[in-house]
Amino acid sequence: MTIALKASDVAKALRGFFTDGILRDNLDELWIDSNYLFDLCKLLKENNEFYLNYLVAITGVDYIDRFQLIYHLKSLQHNHSLVIKTELIGRDSPSISSVMNIWPAADLQEREIWDLMGIHFAGHPNLKRIMTWEGFEGHPLRRDHLGG
Amino acid sequence: MNIRTEPITINLGPQHPSTHGVFRLRVTLDGEVIVDVEPIFGYLHRGTEKLAEERSYTQIVTLTDRMDYVSSMLNNQAYVIAVEKLAGLDVPDRGKFLRVIAGELQRIVSHLVATGFFLQDLGAFGTPLMYCFREREKILELFEMLCGARVTVSYMRPGGVFQDAPDDFWPSFRAILDSLPYFMDEIERLLEENEILLIRTKGIGILTPQSAIDNATSGPVLRASGIPWDLRKSNPYDVYGDLNFDIPIGTNGDSYDRFLVRILEIRESLRILEQCWTLIPSGPVRSKVPYFFRPPVGDCYASIESSKGELGFYLVSDGGISPYRCKVRSPSLINLTPLREMLLGWKIADLMVIFGSLDVNMGEVDR
Repeated sequence: MTIALKASDVAKALRGFFTDGILRDNLDELWIDSNYLFDLCKLLKENNEFYLNYLVAITGVDYIDRFQLIYHLKSLQHNHSLVIKTELIGRDSPSISSVMNIWPAADLQEREIWDLMGIHFAGHPNLKRIMTWEGFEGHPLRRDHLGG
Repeated sequence: MNIRTEPITINLGPQHPSTHGVFRLRVTLDGEVIVDVEPIFGYLHRGTEKLAEERSYTQIVTLTDRMDYVSSMLNNQAYVIAVEKLAGLDVPDRGKFLRVIAGELQRIVSHLVATGFFLQDLGAFGTPLMYCFREREKILELFEMLCGARVTVSYMRPGGVFQDAPDDFWPSFRAILDSLPYFMDEIERLLEENEILLIRTKGIGILTPQSAIDNATSGPVLRASGIPWDLRKSNPYDVYGDLNFDIPIGTNGDSYDRFLVRILEIRESLRILEQCWTLIPSGPVRSKVPYFFRPPVGDCYASIESSKGELGFYLVSDGGISPYRCKVRSPSLINLTPLREMLLGWKIADLMVIFGSLDVNMGEVDR
């Protein structure tokens, strides 16, 4: 069975490198500050103990007053998994750093979230619309698209 | 004498017989060599995730059929497992076995279609494809007995399957278990020592193990690169924990290995089905779940090994009768991530071989 890493253990190990950045560690979710996402992810991938080398999925959820991004990570070597959550406040121009340089797998997924959810990924080399066409107005997966 | 050359950009698709759906590639060529590729898709985007936000948990099963339309049963299975995890529903053993039987039959169908079309792209026009479709037809008839539909099955429900297999299902199922191994022998004889096939696929479109993991590919694409990763083994769901089977892997990660891994997986699926035939218990097939139900507030992610790779659903419940958010982790979309680096430097004639060997389904890429 894939073992879900305890977020508190991960947080303990990471606090040696980051004092802030980690907001909460619920049972199986690690809540982090969106500004520290890239550095934390890089550490989680390169750390030998965790070695989370497989980015399963990135998900964006629209909670009206904020956007939540969920990163599902996995290690094929150790067969364990971790869920990272981060939040972006405000609807006008949410932006977060791209993790494409850590996991190239983020490429199409970040483009999809940009297209459908309107979250900008800073540092993505080719952030274009993917499901809808260039010139499409709005981001259809937002709750208020076309009046909700 | 110096001849001036310049790269030329051509469009492949969106309607092209070898892309199996509406997929467009903007290819830049230097002579015959591919120097740049840009995949463009979204022509089949139907907004499944948005539609799911307005439907009840039971209704969404019908939406999942239409994602990867050659492996509907597996889509159903991925979705209902996620809902069961979210709502904490139990599934009776017979229901689990029926789901595994339907899922493995669907995996065989999907791999047969993949193999047939792959060979069609290589120029083996018609013959192997029709052989594969002949066998597929027999399995679709089994699906018709189970649920009345052949492609858009909607057979599974949160809490089990929607009805037990009818009595005449079992003899037909047995007949397929007996006949399919001979068909596989036949198709292996036809193909595996075929010189044209070997020359056109061996060493073409190599995906290194490192790149396969970095790009989060899954399913036969990942395993052909030599990584024995299969969710049925690494994170067993339904009854896979009790069944014996192996994970076929490739050695070179080339187009031939991806083709071969699928053929070998059909054999493993037959082994699984054979065990299900002897182990399936009697009893109810579905626990009591009302048509509308309200899972507790929360979120969950669950995934299965679909025919194309890791198919996962991320569901968020706000306590209502429909999910607040339903995200699909689509294996076909993510398996396209390394396409560009796999194609660069190969000739235009290899393009369709490499693309075909990835076996993506546009219904699932665009959703």
